[in-house]
Amino acid sequence: MAEIPVLKIGDCLLVSIQVDMHDRLAMQLQDDLTNRIVGDRARGVMIDISALEIVDSFIGRMLNNIAAMSRVLDAVTVVVGMRPAVAITLVELGLSLTGVRTALNVDKGLALIREAIDDPGGALGRGEG
Amino acid sequence: MVSVRQAERNELRSGVLLPPASAEGSCVTAQSPSIPTEKQPRGKAMAKSRATILPELLQEDERTLLADWLALQKTAGALSSGQISDAELAENSRRFLAALRGAAATGQFIDITAPTWAETRAALEEVSRSRAARGLTPSETATFVFSLKEPLFDLLRQKVGKDADRLADEIWTATMLLDKLGLFTAEVFQKNREEIIARQQRELLELSTPVVRLWEGVLALPLIGTLDSERTQTVMESLLEEIVNSGAEIAIIDITGVPTVDTLVAQHLIKTVAAARLMGADCIISGIRPQIAQTIVHLGLELGVVSKATMADAFALALRRLGKTVVDRVPARPES
Repeated sequence: MAEIPVLKIGDCLLVSIQVDMHDRLAMQLQDDLTNRIVGDRARGVMIDISALEIVDSFIGRMLNNIAAMSRVLDAVTVVVGMRPAVAITLVELGLSLTGVRTALNVDKGLALIREAIDDPGGALGRGEG
Repeated sequence: MVSVRQAERNELRSGVLLPPASAEGSCVTAQSPSIPTEKQPRGKAMAKSRATILPELLQEDERTLLADWLALQKTAGALSSGQISDAELAENSRRFLAALRGAAATGQFIDITAPTWAETRAALEEVSRSRAARGLTPSETATFVFSLKEPLFDLLRQKVGKDADRLADEIWTATMLLDKLGLFTAEVFQKNREEIIARQQRELLELSTPVVRLWEGVLALPLIGTLDSERTQTVMESLLEEIVNSGAEIAIIDITGVPTVDTLVAQHLIKTVAAARLMGADCIISGIRPQIAQTIVHLGLELGVVSKATMADAFALALRRLGKTVVDRVPARPES
């Protein structure tokens, strides 16, 4: 079974989802990621889903869960590169992922994580609640 | 009350008003046997031969019929709308009658969807289409066919003469035929109108969803017209597509041109904003008119997004978020 690599950049972790997500892979990613956040003492998690074409409610919930788990472990989660079709699908499914921060690309995502780490408890960049 | 009346009537019938009662009775006795005995053989005979004179009548008297019909249409006010010219009405009528003559020659009047009636249908379709395009009413269009009845029946009466049964048969055949053709005209008219409406809808959809780049990283989406589900979908898609293409972080949705905001429109707006946020772009809603602000509060709607009264305010906020400032090149003159 393919494994989704978790890369470390400074105090951030980068996950790039390049294959079709199925449920077991998603569960494994949650496992890996929480372990790595604790192990590497990471402050930020960036999930790149620019290659993800198909989403369902399970994947949507997984993204939400990862964000919530990271928050508990005091790390900021940013989802980057979501495709328009995926965004529309998630909204139609009623999953607007209000707890997850988003950015257009990896560059902007990193800047957002920096901002959030440097300004903890502050404006948190975007003002959604 | 009823029983008294009944009694009275019985009394009248038995006694005083005997002559009319008996006349009525005789009428019934004269008619009642004739209905069952005569109708069935007549029906069979009709089904067998159907020797209608319609084809030859249309053949021989086409010119008179056309003249009568045209005169009648004009007196009935076919030209009064000013949409149809004299020449066009004459041409339409001539073509229809000619096609009718051709189709009637085959002697088949039951099924107007048959290939033999193709020419007639084509003539009617043309009339329907041109009238639908000019905004005439369905009745004005169907009347074109129905108005033929009067001159045609007149002509039939002249030809058939005194034979009442024959005349009734002829008129029945003619009226069935013209009714079918009239309904066909109305159907085509309806279809044409629907096509026109569908085309206009498509054009409107394409026309009204431009996404404008205001600045590096700032998009504007001026919405004009009512937001229904279909339009929201188009608007959402084009906005998200443009966010990907331009890498813009801020999108200003301007609703100055949206006439009313109800819960449904608000929901559509919220969806669009949520989808843009998922992609990593922030939305600002601008162009909220005073009445709309009141409506939003009265309906208890929560847009959950930064909103500004005007596009200028929204743009200023967008620039501030991007870390830009607008500076006067000359110091502003002191206001008087």
